Amino acid sequence: MSTLDFNAELAAAGANVRSRWGAVRFFIRRYPLGAIGGVIMAVFVLAAIFAPLLTVYDPLSTNAAASLAKPSAAHWLGCDFMGRDVYSRIVYGARISLAVSLGSMLLGSSIGVTLGLLSGYLLGWFDLITQRVLEMMQSLPLLVMAIIMAAALGPSLHNTILAIAIPLVPYVARVIRANTLSLREQPFVEAAKAIGMSERRIALRHVLPNTLAPLIVLATAQLGSTILTESSLSFLGLGVPEPHPSWGRMLSESAAEYVRTAPWLVIFPGLAISFVVFGTNLLGDALRDLLDPRQRS
Amino acid sequence: MGAYLVRRFGLMLVTLFGISVLIFVLLRLTPGNIADILFDAGGYVDPADKARIEHQLGLDKSIPLQYADWIGGLLHGDLGISYQTEKPALEEILPRIPITARLAAIALSFSILIGVPLGVISAVRQNTILDYFLRVLSLSGLSMPAFWLGLLILMVFVAEFGTIPIYSDQPTGFWNTILMYSVPAAAVGFRSSALMMRLTRSSMLEVLRQDYIRTARSKGAPEHKINYYHALRNALLPVITVIGIEAAFLLGGLIVTETVFNIPGVARFLVEAIRWRDYPMVQNLVMFIAIVVVTINFAIDMLYAAVDPRIKYGN
Repeated sequence: MSTLDFNAELAAAGANVRSRWGAVRFFIRRYPLGAIGGVIMAVFVLAAIFAPLLTVYDPLSTNAAASLAKPSAAHWLGCDFMGRDVYSRIVYGARISLAVSLGSMLLGSSIGVTLGLLSGYLLGWFDLITQRVLEMMQSLPLLVMAIIMAAALGPSLHNTILAIAIPLVPYVARVIRANTLSLREQPFVEAAKAIGMSERRIALRHVLPNTLAPLIVLATAQLGSTILTESSLSFLGLGVPEPHPSWGRMLSESAAEYVRTAPWLVIFPGLAISFVVFGTNLLGDALRDLLDPRQRS
Repeated sequence: MGAYLVRRFGLMLVTLFGISVLIFVLLRLTPGNIADILFDAGGYVDPADKARIEHQLGLDKSIPLQYADWIGGLLHGDLGISYQTEKPALEEILPRIPITARLAAIALSFSILIGVPLGVISAVRQNTILDYFLRVLSLSGLSMPAFWLGLLILMVFVAEFGTIPIYSDQPTGFWNTILMYSVPAAAVGFRSSALMMRLTRSSMLEVLRQDYIRTARSKGAPEHKINYYHALRNALLPVITVIGIEAAFLLGGLIVTETVFNIPGVARFLVEAIRWRDYPMVQNLVMFIAIVVVTINFAIDMLYAAVDPRIKYGN
C-alpha cells in the first residue's frame, strides 16, 4: 500500500490557505474549469462596463454605405443591413444582457428568498397556499411563462426584467424553503430560542445566512438561464426593443434572410450568448461542487 | 397505491384550475385589448363602433364572467372563436398538434438515445479525459440558444444544399417524413440530450457510490455486470422523472425552433397569437401546454410509483 503524502493531500483540500490571494489560487487549482468560467464572466462584466472604451463606432448609428459589410479592418465583425457595426453592438449588447440577467436574478431571488423564508418559518395555511401557487407557476415551462408575462406587460427593458424575474421566484422559494425547514431543527436555533431571541431575529441572523450557499449556487445557474431567456424573448420580438442592442434581437433581424449572404450576422451574436452562458455554467458547476456538494449534478 | 393515485389526480386538477386563473389574469393585465388593436390598424376610433365590437367579442363583461364563459366553454369542448381568423379556435389548434407532437417525439427519442448512453459512459469513466470532454460538450450544448443552433443548421444546409429545409404538408413516404422532421428535431434534441446526459451522469454517480455496488465488486462480479445490471437499473429510476422535466424543457425549445424553421406547429402558433393579442387563442394554447406538461408529469409519477418498489409497497 502506498504511503499518503499528507501535506499534499491537505494542500489539495485547501488547508493552508492563509490569504484571499491564497484562496483564489486554491480555487484555480482545484476547479480549473470553474476558474475559466470565472474569467469568462469577468470579461463579460468588464466589456459591459467599459463598452465605450472598447469600441470605436456608436452601436446605434446607421451607415447605409456600409450595409452588410464583410468583417474587415474597419469593421472587425462586419456590419448589419443598416450599416451598424456588429462588434460595437455585441459589446454594448453585453450591457443589456448583464442588466437584464442581473436585474431579473436579483429581483427574482429577493422575492423568492422572502417567500421561502416566510413559508418555511410560518408554515400553516400561508405555507400551503404559497406552495400551491408556486407549484402552479412551475408547471409551465420558464420560457412560456416569460413569454406570457412579456406579452402582457409590453416590450421594454424594465418589463423584460420583470417578465423573467417572476417565473424565477418559485425555483428560488422552494430551495430556500427546504433549507429553512431543515435549519429550523438545528440545535443552534433551539438554543437561540431558549435564550429568548425573537423568531424574526433568529430568522434573519441565524437561518438566512446559512441558506446563502445553496442560494449562490442557484443564482449562478439562474444567470445563464436568464441570459438565454432574454435572448429568446428578444428573438421572438417580445423582449428588449429598439434601440437597445440585444444579442437575441440581432439574431432575429438577421434570421433566414441573411443566412446565405451575411453569415457573420448569425455567427457572432450567437457566439457571444453561448460563450457567456458557458462561462456562467462552468462557474456555477464549480461553485456548486465547492459550496453545496449535495446538489451535485 | 390507489389512494396515492387518486390524491395525485386531484392535485393535478387543482393545479390546472389554478393555472387557468393565472393565465386569464395575466393576459388581462395589459392595457388595451383586441378592440384597440383592430382600431389601431384602422387609425380612427369611433367610440360607438368600439363599444359595439367589444360587446360582440364579450369584452365588456366583467372579468369573472369572462372567465366563467371561457371555462364553461372549455369543458364543453368549445374553445371560442379566434379573433384573428374568426374561425373556431379548436379548428385552428387541432391540425397543428400532430406536427408539434411528431417533432417532440423525435427530439425526445434523440435526446434519450444519445443522452443516456453518454451519461453512463461519462459516469463510469469519471474524471478521465473522455469524461471531461463529454462534460464540456454537454455544457456547451446547454449554453447554446436553441434558435441559434437552428440558424446554424440552416446555414449549413444552405451552404451544402443551396436551399433551406422546407416544411411541406404532403411529404412523400415515411422516411421522407422522418427526414423532414429530423433536422429541426436535431436542433431541439441536441440541448435536451445535453441535459439528459448530465442528469444521467449524476444519477449514475450517485448509485455507483452506494455500498451494494462495492459489495458486488468485492464479490468478484465483472465490471460490466456491475455497471449495467446493478447500477444502471437503479440509476434509471430518477432518469424517468427527468423525462418529465425534459417535456417542459423541450416545449420551450420547440417554440423558437418552429419559428426558425417555419414549421406550422402549436408552439409557433402561440407566438403568433400573442403578437395578435388574440386572447382566446393564447389562453387555449397555454392551457393546452399546461395540460400536456401536467399530464406528462402525472404519468411519470405513476410510472415511477409502479417501478420503484419503495413507493409501490407503501409509504
